[in-house]
Amino acid sequence: MDILNELVAWFSDPAQWSGSAGIPARLGEHVYYSLLGLLISAVIAVPIGLFTGHTGVGGFLTASLANFARALPTIGVLFLIVLAAGIGLVPVVAALVALAVPPILVNTHEGVRAVEPRLRDAALGMGMRGREVLFKLELPVATPLILIGMRTAAVQVVATATIAAYVGVGGLGRYIVDGQARQDLTMMLGGSLLVVALAVATTLLFAGLRRVLVAPGLRAESAVAR
Amino acid sequence: MIAADGGNWAVGAWEWAVRVTDWGVANWSYPGEPNRGIWPRLLEHMRLAYLSILIGLAVAVPLGLACARWRGVYPPVLTGVNVLYAVPSIALFFLMLPYTGFSDWTAIIPLSLYTLVILLPNVVDGLRQVPDHVRQAAVAIGYSPLRRLVTVEMPVAVPVIIAGLRVASVATISMVSVASLVGLGGLGQLILSDGFRRQFDAPIVVGIVLVVLLAFVTDALLVIAQYLLTPWTRGNGRPGGGRRARARRGATAPTGAPAGAPGAAPANPSPATAGE
Repeated sequence: MDILNELVAWFSDPAQWSGSAGIPARLGEHVYYSLLGLLISAVIAVPIGLFTGHTGVGGFLTASLANFARALPTIGVLFLIVLAAGIGLVPVVAALVALAVPPILVNTHEGVRAVEPRLRDAALGMGMRGREVLFKLELPVATPLILIGMRTAAVQVVATATIAAYVGVGGLGRYIVDGQARQDLTMMLGGSLLVVALAVATTLLFAGLRRVLVAPGLRAESAVAR
Repeated sequence: MIAADGGNWAVGAWEWAVRVTDWGVANWSYPGEPNRGIWPRLLEHMRLAYLSILIGLAVAVPLGLACARWRGVYPPVLTGVNVLYAVPSIALFFLMLPYTGFSDWTAIIPLSLYTLVILLPNVVDGLRQVPDHVRQAAVAIGYSPLRRLVTVEMPVAVPVIIAGLRVASVATISMVSVASLVGLGGLGQLILSDGFRRQFDAPIVVGIVLVVLLAFVTDALLVIAQYLLTPWTRGNGRPGGGRRARARRGATAPTGAPAGAPGAAPANPSPATAGE
């Protein structure tokens, strides 16, 4: 288990934990790209999903978009956008947004569509109108599904941001790319483990968000459904 | 990009599409050089993807049987598979390198593990939805447990399992491309080596289009397979048959499920989506 010892040595080297190529700096870059991509995606996808879900317009289109996006090879999308727009933060984030929008959009749409008609009837019966139904009933009920879509997107964004190092920006992928260039297996594996840790932390974060954001009455029910 | 008038823009896009198509046709294959061109990459892509899916299925069915039989097994297995799915594929490919080197297994082992997160719940749900009276009828007419499994329970589960296979195969086919970063990856190689490293857009576009086409064709083949394997679900006028089949499909097919349901691979698996 040579490789394990080398990995331990790699992680415990103090030089690894400071400077612009250190783990904290790389982790910071990675989180920054991912967060930026995810936030922009959410700002685009959630309102559109709420609109299409609420009005029922474009349901077929969102389903087709999701199927299509599932088949798209992420590295192809990333490389094509970077090739067309040049190396830099903006093309990378644009590629991340392109990958993160479909799952969020579809889950938001489906979440709103899945609200039971009798709940909607009850809301109308209580005197709520269009916008109130959307924000006081449909949005809270759809929140668990929206969060799942966000989590799906977030894990994918964290993974794809790794590949962004191949197009010359920072982040944890640098360890993998530089390790490959130097034939340094330990560095590649160390970088991979950091990406795994970040992805798992992202999943846990969404489990936590679910506890905070989903109304208590809905939590038990959706736990059964899952 | 936004030309003065729409005509110029359309002409530019058309010329670009023609140029990309020309490149694809010209580089499809090289006689005498079996390892060069697009066709060998496509074959490699199919080999990696289909082997991963088949191995995933070969593991998911017995594992699913065990989980359906012994209820206590299912939750821990499902949790394990879900945790694994949170691991980005690119990281898993690199972590496999010390053990499998540059062989196909570096791609196939992680990809088959990812398919489990979709296939396993579908196998278990499929087996669990066999109605109790059907099972009891099989016992009553003297079927042994094995015969009951093969001739009664598995056929009932087939539509659900195929629904899972459809999602898993589309996800796997698109994820194979990522393996190009460790020197495998079929069409991903085309995208990375011929396209990106040479700053040339045609191979990237051809690669993307072929991956999407392969995914859709595979999906269509699975739909046909389901049609052939489950003749009893086709509505043929008998009361009940078609209606029940529809109800079953509606209840379980992940295709219609929200992106988070057990049908959402890279785009949307129910558990943490495996990233690419």
